[in-house]
Amino acid sequence: MPVQVMQRGDVSRAIQRIAHEIVERNHDLGNVAIVGLQRGGVWIAEQLAAKIIAIDPTLSVSSGALDVSMYRDDLRIRPVVDGAITEISFDVTDMLVVLVDDVLFTGRTVRAALEGLNSFGRPRAVQLAVLVDRGHRELPIRPDFVGKNIPTHAHDEVLVSEDGVIVKAPQ
Amino acid sequence: MRHVRSISELGRDRILGLLNLADRMAEINSRPVPKVPALRGRTVVSLFYEDSTRTRLSFETAARRLSADTMNFSVSSSSVNKGESLRDTVETITDMGVDAFVVRHKSAGVPWQIAQWTTAAVINAGDGAHQHPTQALLDAYTITRSRNSQDLAGLRVAIVGDIRHSRVARSNVEAFTALGAEVLLVAPPTLLPPVVSHWPVEVVHDFDSVVDSVDVLYMLRLQAERMNQGLVPSLAEYSTHYGLTPRRVARMSVDAQVMHPGPMNRGVEMVVDPAEIRGSLIHRQVTNGVAVRMAVLFDSLAVEPDHSALREEAR
Amino acid sequence: MTIVIKGGSIVGATGVTNADVLIDGDRIVEVGQGLRGDESLDAQGCHVFPGFVDLHTHLREPGREEAETIETGSRAAALGGYTAVVAMPNTNPAQDSVAVVKFVRDQGVRAGLCDVFPSGCITVAREGKVLAPFADLTAVGVRVFTDDGNGVQDPALMRRALEYARTLGVTMAQHCEVQDLTRHAVMDECACSSDLGLPGWPAIAEEMMVSRDIELCRLTGGRLHVLHVSTRGSVELVRQAKRDGLPVTAEVTPHHLALDHELLRSFDPVYKVNPPLRSMEDVLALRQGLVDGTIDAIATDHAPHPPRDKELPLDQAPPGMLGLEYALGVVNSVVDVTPSRLAEVFSINPARIAQIGDRHGAGAVVGAPANLSVVDLAATWRAEDHRSASLSRNVPYRGRSLRGKVRHTILYGRAVVRDGEAMR
Repeated sequence: MPVQVMQRGDVSRAIQRIAHEIVERNHDLGNVAIVGLQRGGVWIAEQLAAKIIAIDPTLSVSSGALDVSMYRDDLRIRPVVDGAITEISFDVTDMLVVLVDDVLFTGRTVRAALEGLNSFGRPRAVQLAVLVDRGHRELPIRPDFVGKNIPTHAHDEVLVSEDGVIVKAPQ
Repeated sequence: MRHVRSISELGRDRILGLLNLADRMAEINSRPVPKVPALRGRTVVSLFYEDSTRTRLSFETAARRLSADTMNFSVSSSSVNKGESLRDTVETITDMGVDAFVVRHKSAGVPWQIAQWTTAAVINAGDGAHQHPTQALLDAYTITRSRNSQDLAGLRVAIVGDIRHSRVARSNVEAFTALGAEVLLVAPPTLLPPVVSHWPVEVVHDFDSVVDSVDVLYMLRLQAERMNQGLVPSLAEYSTHYGLTPRRVARMSVDAQVMHPGPMNRGVEMVVDPAEIRGSLIHRQVTNGVAVRMAVLFDSLAVEPDHSALREEAR
Repeated sequence: MTIVIKGGSIVGATGVTNADVLIDGDRIVEVGQGLRGDESLDAQGCHVFPGFVDLHTHLREPGREEAETIETGSRAAALGGYTAVVAMPNTNPAQDSVAVVKFVRDQGVRAGLCDVFPSGCITVAREGKVLAPFADLTAVGVRVFTDDGNGVQDPALMRRALEYARTLGVTMAQHCEVQDLTRHAVMDECACSSDLGLPGWPAIAEEMMVSRDIELCRLTGGRLHVLHVSTRGSVELVRQAKRDGLPVTAEVTPHHLALDHELLRSFDPVYKVNPPLRSMEDVLALRQGLVDGTIDAIATDHAPHPPRDKELPLDQAPPGMLGLEYALGVVNSVVDVTPSRLAEVFSINPARIAQIGDRHGAGAVVGAPANLSVVDLAATWRAEDHRSASLSRNVPYRGRSLRGKVRHTILYGRAVVRDGEAMR
């Protein structure tokens, strides 16, 4: 039985709030890159980047996408997603990089992303923004910005889109 | 474990999947640090019974960029003569714990024989005059990406030269036609296989009659020994009739492209400097070779779909 | 001591009759109902054939004893129902001298599992240059001469050989292959070889020599036997030669009747053979030739090679397949002929061609030497379940169901195979 836990409006408000928090938390925001994780994080990163510029047009905000499948430690059980591609056309050295994903679960995707980011330089700092934190972490990873904490069972499925967030129990 | 031994064994869907995967590998290759840990802990052995430094380096570079360990078993003819059989070699290396063999052999079919003696994936890097699937994949990749397309639908591709002895030609005929190209074979009868009527190609003996109507000219290497075998009267005559001459280049359509699997025989099949051909894709073929071979290695070694585990992981 | 073969159907050239066979010593002494002997062999449900005769066996000794010996090859022959084999001369040294021929025959006697009749070479060392000593070899009993593995390329030499054949009353058995057309050949020249990039062995390379030698036969009157016919065109050439009344005979192998060139797509060297497996069209023409009498004999071309050699790449592996233990099952499975026709092509005709009709081919006839093969034509079995007596394992019939299995083989009154087991 699927349960809608966030409505369309909830999603856009959460993204707006995260954008504000990113600007507030980082007083000297200077050089920032918003990098979405393929595939669920990319659209959120794009919206975040646009909203941050809207809040402070003087900021220099780069945005990109990172496909972490080549860095995963669980490659054998997670097939590579077709068409997901890395697009980071800038050197991340000395930048503040905000990694963005839709759902934070075991933390393994973020671990892979941290490793993948190394191929593009040495960032000044890396922060993590997620729309949903569903718990069940398997690694010492903690988000800096969270849209909503949603308690789930480990076997639940969490579906995220601009239209809202749905939790589905296994069949 | 997925073998890559021939193009027909792959089929159109897997070819398209590999070309898409190669896009991602090309992106990795463009990074400041072109290396990912995807195949960390995997071991790839290149088993080359025939010298081909280019192909071997291309595979080994691909393996290393995916963080696989590589071993190199190059066989000079003298050490083969010391008596260790192919089977003994393969079984011994398998016992060391390897994940893939990249095999080059002058005899057709060796990758199929090896697959019976090992649990590792077998990737064919050229067997006799039979198949060279990674070359065909990189050629298909080079053409499609240079035209911003996914497949070869609507393209007229001429493969010119010694089709009979060419594994590149056999693989390319299968790959190009699978991707929708119209393929012409341009060669004298002596350099065609004895029976090609069942291949989905058009056979042409007069190069000049098609040179102005093709989108891609794929020139094959002609080895000098073909003359001694009486298959061509002389290299000069071959060159005149089947070489890419400045006169023929001038007749090519403006956006036609020229390819060659290398190494070139300048003055035989290539009577022009490829640097002077506007549509030459020859350098891109070499560059793309690494990305395509990364895709092949990754596809063969990284993913073993296990659907129950997938469901466990679904969030 | 007497042995009675009980309850079988006796196969002759003209038909089948149900009767027991009584053997005393090495001869058949009575054929009839309700016979008794000191010992009895059960032939219920079986056919009693004249012992099979193979015109084409490679026993490998002397020279390649790791592949086969005369003893192991003889045992395989006996298990396949053969009471006589003609040993091919491509040994090392070749069977081009009286000494080697005697050695092979003596080894056959020592093994005691079937009669071994050595063939002789047509040319010294099978090199196609100098004629072998035909008269000397004929004097010690050789009746079939061949350079098998090589065809005699030089037409003048072949003409001389056939002239000798006429004078001495012997047979020249030709391996028909124009070698200039088969350099480096691995398999039949066909669509399949084109796909696989393998050098082809075109049918014309066989047919040109068949045609040439038929003309030389016409010219000289010397007896010609065409070994392992493999193409439709060759069948037609032999058919015409026979119409013309020439002294030409021909044999076909079980594998050319059963298998086609598509099997080479597996790249398994077990399917490599010379002449190569051909198209299904050729296979059908060969079957027709066997049925209509154009082809006189089944000959196994039993060619053992050790596993190591058959694990080489296809183009380097030696050609050849095992045949002796499988021939009857294979042929009986793919060709629909009467038991009488089987008796002709497995025994009567090859015995006549090899000129050993006084000892083999007569079948269950009173007074004849007791060389018999008792076969259950309905028994089905699988090649991979059979443990071959050969030292080699190059059997191309794995995965196939074969119909017809040898139960007993009797050699000069002695059961050398009993219930499918070799007795020595």
